[in-house]
Amino acid sequence: MTTTPKTITEGEHPILDYIRRDRLPHIFCSACGIGTVLNAFANALRSLNYDIDRLVVISGIGCTGRASGYFAADGYHTTHGRAIAFASGVKVANPDLNPVVISGDGDLFAIGGNHFIHAARRNVDMLVLCINNFNYGMTGGQMGPTTPDSAITVTSPDGNIEHPFNLVSVAAASGAVFVARWTALHARRLTKSIEKALQKKGFKFIEVISPCPTLYDRYNRHGSGLDVMKKYRELSVIRNFTDPMKAEIDYRTRIVCGEFVDTEKPEFTDLLAKQAETLQQR
Amino acid sequence: MLTRQERSPIVPEEETTTKYEIVVNEDWCKGCGFCYTFCPREVLEKSTTFNSKGYYPPEATNIDRCVGCGLCEAICPDFAIHVEEKKTKTTTKRGRK
Repeated sequence: MTTTPKTITEGEHPILDYIRRDRLPHIFCSACGIGTVLNAFANALRSLNYDIDRLVVISGIGCTGRASGYFAADGYHTTHGRAIAFASGVKVANPDLNPVVISGDGDLFAIGGNHFIHAARRNVDMLVLCINNFNYGMTGGQMGPTTPDSAITVTSPDGNIEHPFNLVSVAAASGAVFVARWTALHARRLTKSIEKALQKKGFKFIEVISPCPTLYDRYNRHGSGLDVMKKYRELSVIRNFTDPMKAEIDYRTRIVCGEFVDTEKPEFTDLLAKQAETLQQR
Repeated sequence: MLTRQERSPIVPEEETTTKYEIVVNEDWCKGCGFCYTFCPREVLEKSTTFNSKGYYPPEATNIDRCVGCGLCEAICPDFAIHVEEKKTKTTTKRGRK
């Protein structure tokens, strides 16, 4: 395996080794949190000196779906909701590769909800970074499975009457071995969590709460993206290893962040290889 | 009173002082304001001039206060800011005053 060449010259950003600089500046809105997550992921790769030839960045459709195109690694921009299905295929076909899924809340939990819970149940080795902005951003701000109670979106102008998913609780209940939640403000802690997750084997899930200043936060009168980040600073509390069921997101009281689950479980491709070996000996 | 053996000659010592420089790529900046709002040492400020797209990039007005924590670099969504370390060696005389 070849290692990543160091081609940074003086005065250049140190993570540009992992980013396709010909694609920058990216398309995300000013003060959107997706860029911060890409930055945190690239920083985690840099501090681990991660082998980029074995990394596959996979994303679905939506604002966050554009993420795979910005990394210098191999990438798939897949069909809507099928990012985890592609990642499972990549891992089973070649267990030497490390798939990382970066996608949005609507893509992973509405359209691709079944793929998520079953990949977590099987414990397929992959890292899922879910950027949660509480609505469908790219199509104009429709309500989705994470839109909070009574929030205003394009398709719920009088307030949302549906109950939202608690993503960390879904992931923990489905059997993920590593579950964490941070906001875009916690760039450092997020980077540390990604580093930790990249070194673990199994289905890892990290939810990142991100401002959507153009749609969700504008309709709900949360102010600019900067105001939302200030709100995260006021409201977020860090409760590591608390029960994910009790980790609520409420813009009026508190946003519970932290690493909630960190366990070990046999991994799917390992078990598959073991079974194939015993069958061949028979 | 020190004996002759305990006394040591005054030898100039080399000391390294670290200074930091903040590099801003103004063309990539989208003026979100995360860096100058969340800088814990209040090094950065909103610039008075705008870039080619009409956004106001940050400006390091208090660079002497920078301790190189790199929060601005970590939180920037546009890969437009980073901190560089500048180490300089100075010779100082240490010993009796």
